[in-house]
Amino acid sequence: MSELSVVGRRLPKVNSWQHLTGAARYADDVVLPRMLYGRLLRSTHPHARIRAIDTSAALAHPGVVAVVTGRDMPEKMGIMPSTQDETALAVDRVRYVGEPVAGVAAVDEDTAFEALSLIRVDYEPLEPIFTIEEALERDDVRIHDESRRANVFKEVHLAFGDLDGGFASADHVREDWTFFEGNTHAPIETHSAVASYGGDDKLTLWTCTQVPHYLHRELEKVLGISRARIRVIATPNGGAFGGKSDPFAHEFAACLLSMRTRRPVKITLDREEVFYAHRGRHPVLMHLRTGVRRDGEITACHLQTWLDGGAYASYGIATTYYTGALLTVTYRMPAYKFDGVRVYTNKPPCGPKRGHGTTQPRFAFETQLDKIAHDLGLDPLEYRMRILQPPGSRTVNGLRITSMGLGQCLEAAGRATRFSERHGQLPRGKGIGVAGSAYISGAGLPIYWNDMPHSAATVKIDRGGGVTVYCGTSEIGQGSDHMLATVVAEVLGVLPEDVHVVSGDTALAPVDLGSYSSRVTFMAGNATKEAACRLREQLFAVASEKLEVPTDRLAAAFRRVYDARDPGKGMSFVEAANLAEARYGVLSAGGSYRPPKGIGGDYKGAGVGPTPAYSYQAAVAEVSVDVETGTVTVDRITTAHDCGRALNPVNVEGQIEGSAYMGYGEIIGEEQVFRAGLHKKPSLLDYKLPTSLDTPALEAIVIETVDAEGPFGGKEAGDGPLNPVIPAIANAVYDAIGVRFDETPITPDKVLAALGKRDKRGEPKERVGPDGLGSTGKRDPKAALRRLTFGTEAREKKRDATTGALVESAPGGPGPEPGTPPVGSR
Amino acid sequence: MTKELLSLSVNGERHTVAAEPHHTLLEVLREELGLTGTKHGCELGECGACTVLVDGEPVLSCLTLPAQVRDREVTTVEGLATGERLHPLQTAFAEEGAAQCGYCTPGMLMSAKALLDRNARPSREEIAAAIAGNLCRCTGYTAIYEAVEKASARV
Repeated sequence: MSELSVVGRRLPKVNSWQHLTGAARYADDVVLPRMLYGRLLRSTHPHARIRAIDTSAALAHPGVVAVVTGRDMPEKMGIMPSTQDETALAVDRVRYVGEPVAGVAAVDEDTAFEALSLIRVDYEPLEPIFTIEEALERDDVRIHDESRRANVFKEVHLAFGDLDGGFASADHVREDWTFFEGNTHAPIETHSAVASYGGDDKLTLWTCTQVPHYLHRELEKVLGISRARIRVIATPNGGAFGGKSDPFAHEFAACLLSMRTRRPVKITLDREEVFYAHRGRHPVLMHLRTGVRRDGEITACHLQTWLDGGAYASYGIATTYYTGALLTVTYRMPAYKFDGVRVYTNKPPCGPKRGHGTTQPRFAFETQLDKIAHDLGLDPLEYRMRILQPPGSRTVNGLRITSMGLGQCLEAAGRATRFSERHGQLPRGKGIGVAGSAYISGAGLPIYWNDMPHSAATVKIDRGGGVTVYCGTSEIGQGSDHMLATVVAEVLGVLPEDVHVVSGDTALAPVDLGSYSSRVTFMAGNATKEAACRLREQLFAVASEKLEVPTDRLAAAFRRVYDARDPGKGMSFVEAANLAEARYGVLSAGGSYRPPKGIGGDYKGAGVGPTPAYSYQAAVAEVSVDVETGTVTVDRITTAHDCGRALNPVNVEGQIEGSAYMGYGEIIGEEQVFRAGLHKKPSLLDYKLPTSLDTPALEAIVIETVDAEGPFGGKEAGDGPLNPVIPAIANAVYDAIGVRFDETPITPDKVLAALGKRDKRGEPKERVGPDGLGSTGKRDPKAALRRLTFGTEAREKKRDATTGALVESAPGGPGPEPGTPPVGSR
Repeated sequence: MTKELLSLSVNGERHTVAAEPHHTLLEVLREELGLTGTKHGCELGECGACTVLVDGEPVLSCLTLPAQVRDREVTTVEGLATGERLHPLQTAFAEEGAAQCGYCTPGMLMSAKALLDRNARPSREEIAAAIAGNLCRCTGYTAIYEAVEKASARV
């Protein structure tokens, strides 16, 4: 490849201008003639049977055009074909507060909202399950009747290498319990969808989704109409972070209401609904046991994870595997055992959030490595540098490693912050911490089994020199449209601004599986590159003849095709395109990408973890802890990230900084927590997204390892950089005050409590975190079970006292206001 | 609910619209005037996505009734450019990657404009304070600071 003309340059995104002038059309900006407005009625109970739903009063309300309930589309659905346990709207049973029960379409939003209060739902409350421990123990209460054991959704057990031998040969073994609290994506755009079912019996859905293709499949299944008659258009997502990658109730409801009324229907969720739609970070309890030699070399590692999945599957089967799969790709590990359990609870379903399932165990692992370094008297950064998994290798669980830049990342972040001279040397209250991490550039397998490409693109050249790329990718703010334009412009020798991007439209663009697991640059980039290269061959064939220069000497850049040895000799891109069209006919070509085979292991469960290339990253956090107030102030986060090659450095830095911000929010205060099934803080004010005044100084360092299989050497940058930030901050807090935080978030009350507490010897308490499953300090599992049983009984009594009144008044009487919590809830 | 006629000056144009009196400025801008550049993220005054300028001052349009701005000049993101010429903030935001998903951007731009109009050379702390009511979930704010600084050098 000759010099790059577009790749690597700091260019504005091709879609920036729409964003900056207010012209970008997000889903809620779509307005169609005769459009109706819809709202969803949501469950007020965490767990209840639906005895009956009476929609007659709502239907009779002036301005209401249609009402639908779960019975109208009872087909099971869900993002993972093997675990479809949801329906579009609840049928017969609700499993979390906020679960959609019915949908209304009316002439305006106010009327639709009023109509919700006229729908009578007769609930028979059931005992709810709220914790991992209850879910495991309560065989008598089943959230899903299909569960084989209590409320276990999925159990995974994998073992590699000689675990017993590894632990036997260890000089030092550490065991730690860690808890990672759940949190949510909170994109600034709330979910929105507009469905239009026309006189031609075709359905079009505009929606902010990360996965238009998977949604397309689910719409066919649930609505019972052929996919050939459905068109999904992914509108620009106003932030997503994993939170828009499931098929959602409002999408199905808008479609069915439009089919019933033959009018367009828009449903936009309000902020509170987004907190209940959730699909965010799983709360995960972890036990990690790691053996090391005296020099720190890992001899064996055993990870156990318990995931609180909420009420439905979502991506949970993948999440469960992901809590184990990627622990092996960063540091050498000859023996590894992983046991994962995901349970159902009566809370909004958890799903994928940036870092999907790998963020929680990475927190456990990197904080434990910090402890090991401390135990052995090693510098935690140099220690990590010495035990790196080498590039071009296989991990003990069979994962293929290609390019591997964790060493460069650690070195760069360490150098930029003078880590090793400052760690352990700062005054009390000041600390510095480090952590490493890795992520995938897209999953090696699609979510439904098939042999087709994971991504495909078509590129077309216009007679005037314009180029259009068509690809099913969804633009979620990560810059995928610009990435497509960059790749095409680089190959064909035009500028990104010459490229029109048609993305996320199932009728116009070939399938891309979606904007999840950081797969788009690698996979859609390669597919687009292949398509553009095919067109370039045609351009070069005609230019070669005309210029009398062999094709292998030709280059294309800055809207010219020319002799690389004699750049003055050439022709314009338009001329080459016209000659090529005269010779070959229409200038259009396709390309596709499928990850290579043999990049993972050969065992049940080997499907999660493999990727064509891993990204690597290291973060150094600098903190100040106010020992009077318990406030942790993060002064600076420096993240170095190996993205293979930065196709656009501005965008890569933006992903690194945005990840650092989001990781900071997760450890410093964000939490998706519930009281009796009710979200404790379902608003942006209470949930506390970090503002500009909270967010630390963020430093992004781009490391390029130029991956042999990536498009122009590129790998992912969207998810990975979040992961090391969280443990780096926890490690820095330890450096500052000598307290280990083995749980997230690190809030001022926890810091103060830890600083105030003394152990039996009168020493300050050294850690904050769980001590075991179902335990708040004692290791006796039976005691934990007794506490759980007692708690459940107490709640049951309270619940009878509160919900009894609701049940009595439900049929016909003035029922509870929809969306209002049961009175007197805990 | 009965609609009422109201007269509004937005981006230098006078509009007369019929709207329900309890509808907010945000709703009237988006739904009656088709100015969908102004966004909503909460409609509770928490996120700042709906920020517009009223006589040059940033205001949350989701907490403002049109009646409150009857005799005043409203500026939305659609009114930021002057004819064909983009505002320096718009070009700087593009160059620095200060808009990722772009959803908080219109509100962010309006807060930044109000800042630069009263303080042409703000410090980073002043920028952070000026946009503290505009939540961005993508950038971590760094690129936004850089863009505002760049624009301030060009204003």
